[in-house]
Amino acid sequence: MPLLRIDDIHLSFGGVKAINGVSIDVEKGRIHAIIGPNGAGKTSIFNCISSVYKPQRGGVYFEDRKVTGMKPDRVTHLGIARTFQNIALFHHMTVLDNLMLGRHQFMKRGILAGGIFLGPARTEEIENRKAVEDIIDFLEIENIRKKPVGTLAYGLRKRVELGRALALKPKLLLLDEPMAGMNLEEKEDMARFILDINEEWGVTILLIEHDLGVVMDISRRVSVLDFGVKISEGEPAEVANDPRVIKAYIGEDDSFLGEMEAR
Amino acid sequence: MKEIVKNHDTFPKLLARNAEVFGDRKVAMREKEFGIWQEFTWREYHDHVMYFSLGMVSLGLLPGDKVAIIGDNRPEWVWAEVAAQAAKAVPLGLYQDSTLKEVSYIIDHSDASFVVAEDQEQVDKILDMKEQLPKVRYIIYSDPRGMRGYKQPFLLDFKEVENFGRELEQRDPGLFGKNVGATKYEDMALICYTSGTTGFPKGAMLSFRNLLSMAANLMEVDGKFENDEFVSFLPLAWIGEQMMCLSSALLTGFTVNFPEKPETVQENIREVGPTIMFSPPRIWENMTSTVQVKVMDASRLKRWMYHWALPVGYEYADTVFRKKAIPASLKLRHKLAYALVFRALKDRLGLLRIRSASTGGAALGPDVFKFFNAMGVNLKQIYGQTEISGISCIHREGDINFDSVGKPIPETEVTLSGSGEILSRSPSVFLGYYKNPEETDKTLADGWLHSGDAGYFNEDGHLIVIDRVKDVMHLNDGTRFSPQFIENKLKFSPYIKECVCMGNQRDFIAGMLCIDYANVGKWAEGRRISYTTFTDLAAKPEVLELLAKEVEKVNETLPATTRISKFVPLYKELDADDDELTRTRKVRRAFVGERYKHVVEGMYAGEAAIPIDATIKYQDGKTSRIRTTLTVRNL
Repeated sequence: MPLLRIDDIHLSFGGVKAINGVSIDVEKGRIHAIIGPNGAGKTSIFNCISSVYKPQRGGVYFEDRKVTGMKPDRVTHLGIARTFQNIALFHHMTVLDNLMLGRHQFMKRGILAGGIFLGPARTEEIENRKAVEDIIDFLEIENIRKKPVGTLAYGLRKRVELGRALALKPKLLLLDEPMAGMNLEEKEDMARFILDINEEWGVTILLIEHDLGVVMDISRRVSVLDFGVKISEGEPAEVANDPRVIKAYIGEDDSFLGEMEAR
Repeated sequence: MKEIVKNHDTFPKLLARNAEVFGDRKVAMREKEFGIWQEFTWREYHDHVMYFSLGMVSLGLLPGDKVAIIGDNRPEWVWAEVAAQAAKAVPLGLYQDSTLKEVSYIIDHSDASFVVAEDQEQVDKILDMKEQLPKVRYIIYSDPRGMRGYKQPFLLDFKEVENFGRELEQRDPGLFGKNVGATKYEDMALICYTSGTTGFPKGAMLSFRNLLSMAANLMEVDGKFENDEFVSFLPLAWIGEQMMCLSSALLTGFTVNFPEKPETVQENIREVGPTIMFSPPRIWENMTSTVQVKVMDASRLKRWMYHWALPVGYEYADTVFRKKAIPASLKLRHKLAYALVFRALKDRLGLLRIRSASTGGAALGPDVFKFFNAMGVNLKQIYGQTEISGISCIHREGDINFDSVGKPIPETEVTLSGSGEILSRSPSVFLGYYKNPEETDKTLADGWLHSGDAGYFNEDGHLIVIDRVKDVMHLNDGTRFSPQFIENKLKFSPYIKECVCMGNQRDFIAGMLCIDYANVGKWAEGRRISYTTFTDLAAKPEVLELLAKEVEKVNETLPATTRISKFVPLYKELDADDDELTRTRKVRRAFVGERYKHVVEGMYAGEAAIPIDATIKYQDGKTSRIRTTLTVRNL
């Protein structure tokens, strides 16, 4: 049984067909990548998974439960966390506070108990802080713990956002272009973190990425979308040699070919 | 102190004593982890050492074996060192930022059979070279992060080894005590590899006698006490850090604090508020330029206060240096300056509780020196080398002269050879270089330790170090000058990070400068000068003028015959990874001279611009090509 099953979903905005009958199975413990040219419908799929969009047909199943139609926060409770293409953090809050906020769903005590800060409320806060400190240690961001997110460099913000998603203790992590706009060193770090999250924390990862080098290096399985249709799927090497994939990319991005052949 | 050493004459014995005297009542070490300062009492310190030592013994560590240790400053580093000593093995430290080549050279040369590495990064370095290191039997790591995929049987977790030790302790309860009892004062305690500005590193063998007598003698003139706090952030492979974290801490029982990350050092220093500090010039220079840059950003009122207070501080420090009575008005002004500015500055730098601060390892520019003393941090200069266990001279309280390195510590004789080389003799002079009798004989000729430094004594009996004997230069007209002296003055500028002066057998002095990327970058941003890379920024005409102004300022303080006539800003930073600096950040003059030969020749040939076509190697092994033109600035 796959951890996540996307079953023949169709999504259109007015006359525009964003997703046209896509099915993808994400196996537990895998790193699975979705690639495709701009506007292929990748982020729309993420939005369907986290139930921000409701597909007109088909459904998304997580651990065999249908998430389509649920409220997005319910989906989070099931164990799906995500990061966004354009970082979604509270810029005036510190890194620590942003991460603590990620633990929100684990905080059961009310405002009053939290204000008095005794007994269970205190224990709960300490437990959550511990979990957050684990993440800070893991992502090596100790030195920016108390800095407002708005003052950080872009690459670091991306890392903090990843931390915020991790704070949810997810079973499935959706990463929307985790390496966009990063330099080589930052990309290598991020790839390292993704692999570690997958292997050490046992989190299944579904990612959208434009840097094909990275995708081919770290993912076990790749699905290729074009104009809302899945045109290929398989191991990175298979996909790279699929003539349909090459065709979809030709004329739009020659470098893809070169990069594929180099591998 | 000497009483204690009499009865407990090795590190393991001192540790056993401290565990008994202080037990769980006193904190021996703190390490910041998960945002909290985790504490280890002397009892816990002792137990970790005991189990780790026995663990290595159960893996077959024998007396006389070598244990190499590499990693950032962590309690495990220190535990491993004392654990090796307790088994009568010899520890040696490696600089954590060493390249593969350096690591494998030292591990192989030292015949190390055990390597204690902090984390995956360090383990990888050794695994990469494992085939060339047949003598290494075990690699022990203390941070398991990222190590899950490693299946080699010779790789062990630090805790696992401690568990082996626990088992052995149960089978043979008296063994550790027996082992500790067998360690001797005259035993080799440590091999300290000196980076050296020339050639391969040499392994200085130091005994417990060397290390402990040095620490005890230094304490007689610069006291350290049980309730002192120390922050350990410089490489533990460096003799200075060894002196503080091991010899001194074990002797007095003070607390050693380990920062969370190299990046959080400044913050962590402030949290701890250390009372003692010993750092090479680079640290003090960095602090000064941080202050200078932050002041530029401060509000107008704060800037005004700073610029009013600083001269007051200088005047006060100068009066104290000259040992003159301080006039009442100056006293008052200094009090006010302290209350308004210096106290806050000290607090920001984490120096508020400093009782004893010293600098050593290289020369510190007099300006930086004055700066700290003006603030009320009684920074003292220390002089010495690894071969004399770190220190032979220090400034005495109230007898500070910022040109000198002070007077010899007790039991230490310092004299000059006919050629002006500094020679010394003390119980702390090392046993010799490991597997290098020729160098040992050369360094210890006639029973004196030959430092290779040129110096002289002034009328107060203070030793003044000019420069390395081989670095003292002569212009064609015979004028003698010390390039280091000029360089240190230049480096006081917040905009100049490194510089190399030349002029030996030339007609004039020329310099190559490396801009301080962060500070010059900030300066450029403030003036809306856009730039892309270090190379680009260094080549901006505005930056050239900025540097020219800084050089001119320094020239004014130099004798007319030894002023800098020309300089170029270099297109890259000098880097230890390129062998241009040693690991303790001293410039390898000969190497740099050779590498930038055409730049130097260009300047002396009177060219106005020097074309550069060079390849830069990055840390991850990637290379990139740089093509640019260096403009020569005449003064």
